[in-house]
Amino acid sequence: MRGAPLTILVIDENRPRASIIEAGLREAGHQNVTIVHDVTGIAARIAALQPDVIVIDLENPNRDMLENMFQLSRAVKRPIAMFVDRSDMASIEAAVDAGVSAYVVDGLKKERVKPILDMAIVRFNAFSRMARELEEARTELENRKLVERAKGILMKSRGLSEADAYALLRKTAMNQNRKISEIAQSLVTAAGLLGPGDD
Amino acid sequence: MSGKYQITAGFLPLLDSALLAAAREQGFAEAEGIQLHLVRENSWASIRDRLAVGHFDAAHMLAPMPIACNLGLTPLAAETIAPMALGLGGNAVTVSLDLWRAMQDAGAPGDLDPLRTGEALAAVISARENGGGDRLLRFGVVHPHSGHNYELRYWLAACGIDPERQIEIVVLPPPVMANAMRAGHIDGYCVGEPWNTAAVAKGVGRIVTVKAAIWKSSPEKVLGVTRVWAEQNPDALTALLRALYRAAEWCGAPGNRRDLTRILAGTGYIDCPEEWLMPALSGAVEVARGDVVTVSDFFVPHANAATFPWKSHALWFYSQMARWGQIDASVAHEDIARNTYRPDLYRAALRDLGAALPGANAKVEGALATPTPVGSAGASLTLGPDGFFDGAIFDPDQVSAYLDSQRHR
Repeated sequence: MRGAPLTILVIDENRPRASIIEAGLREAGHQNVTIVHDVTGIAARIAALQPDVIVIDLENPNRDMLENMFQLSRAVKRPIAMFVDRSDMASIEAAVDAGVSAYVVDGLKKERVKPILDMAIVRFNAFSRMARELEEARTELENRKLVERAKGILMKSRGLSEADAYALLRKTAMNQNRKISEIAQSLVTAAGLLGPGDD
Repeated sequence: MSGKYQITAGFLPLLDSALLAAAREQGFAEAEGIQLHLVRENSWASIRDRLAVGHFDAAHMLAPMPIACNLGLTPLAAETIAPMALGLGGNAVTVSLDLWRAMQDAGAPGDLDPLRTGEALAAVISARENGGGDRLLRFGVVHPHSGHNYELRYWLAACGIDPERQIEIVVLPPPVMANAMRAGHIDGYCVGEPWNTAAVAKGVGRIVTVKAAIWKSSPEKVLGVTRVWAEQNPDALTALLRALYRAAEWCGAPGNRRDLTRILAGTGYIDCPEEWLMPALSGAVEVARGDVVTVSDFFVPHANAATFPWKSHALWFYSQMARWGQIDASVAHEDIARNTYRPDLYRAALRDLGAALPGANAKVEGALATPTPVGSAGASLTLGPDGFFDGAIFDPDQVSAYLDSQRHR
């Protein structure tokens, strides 16, 4: 069995992330990769696939169910253990940090599975970074819109120029040790409460 | 004083995360110099993993879980200890309305009595077996190493039902139980609140018996910490135990129930309607819509030494792990279970709080039929009743005899 291709099952409710993992596995030469997004009927899938390695996102609420299944010989013919090697604490920490858990059938050689886990960790981390950057970009855009609206309110109500309106917002933020977007949010909220006309 | 200790603790959205929530929200943690950061998790596996790698310093854990970790029954684990329990009781068994109708026809009384309810369930199962064609009834629990799994099995077995062969037990996350039952995937489940009340509120199930009736004054969740963390941070642990003890007192005062339900219903905690949380706290359990049964000890956060980590509780869980084939029975395994619960740490932390501290580390479970004053240090202490519904006694010094008696039943 030494060189036989490994059968890998990826269980992840997050479709884009699952695709990224799948692509990584295929690039690494693994052809027997199955992706599952929804755990309905998973026992039958696992029984049919007999996977050597199962990769699951750590936050999956069904992990207790899945682990229980791995331990029941009815569901899987070979017992499945978690991670590549329980003594390899560095790998375990890296995996948990990245938010990925991997289960491996008993007796599978460590060196065959380690690259799979390492790849999953790298890709999970890359995905988190991407999601975080996207979120930051979104927040940034929303903040900019807020500041624009706050400037508009000041220009209208106090007859300021755009530059002066921005300067006032900035000064207030500095004096109160808050972000400009927070001051803008307060102003927009207050204006909404006070004036039925604006916005 | 604030922030002398930074403690991050994981929890699952369940009523018995109350002590941790109250410790943070009512300032008991802060008063002990702890900045308590609480992280809601999705699975017990995640709690275990994140405790093992040090993301969490402490965690809300199923009471048998640290024992399972130390016995090597889990895929990953650090050596974990339980220096405190997080209350007594809190679970119930809920069945689908279809199954309830069949049980009612078989004589189920509707008053939560475990024996007569279980006998009715046994009759339903026999009838299904004789009829042929029906699949096995399927019950959900939250984890194989949980009070839910063991008390469900104990209840069924004591009522003449073989939980290994006559029903199927599956594992599901607590918040999805009610919907899984509505969809017909399961016929019943044993879970902590508010997920039984959720089924009643959604009109999909009926509560048929409760943990507090199957085994009175029984353990459910503990505070889990790794042994290494406890040894490296003795002062932080002491502060945490003191904060949780104060939180337990607060949670146990009837006048605080409304505030507690408001805290726990919040989006950062259980994120559910406030009224789902009241039955377990008040003991007015709505078993079906408009049908209330009083269970005054449904969930006990403080009274009766509810946070004391009894070694007899650890040993009972171990006995059930052995009974159901999760672990081989041996003196070595028994020792591991006994040493997982740490009443010594509990006593040391709470001695000068005036807490009621039991004189013993273990007790004979089922020996007290009525509330009984017992030897204690600090405030006076009343324990019990603590019996199993079938009258069996668990003597923590006679574990193998107990296992024999269960095997031959």
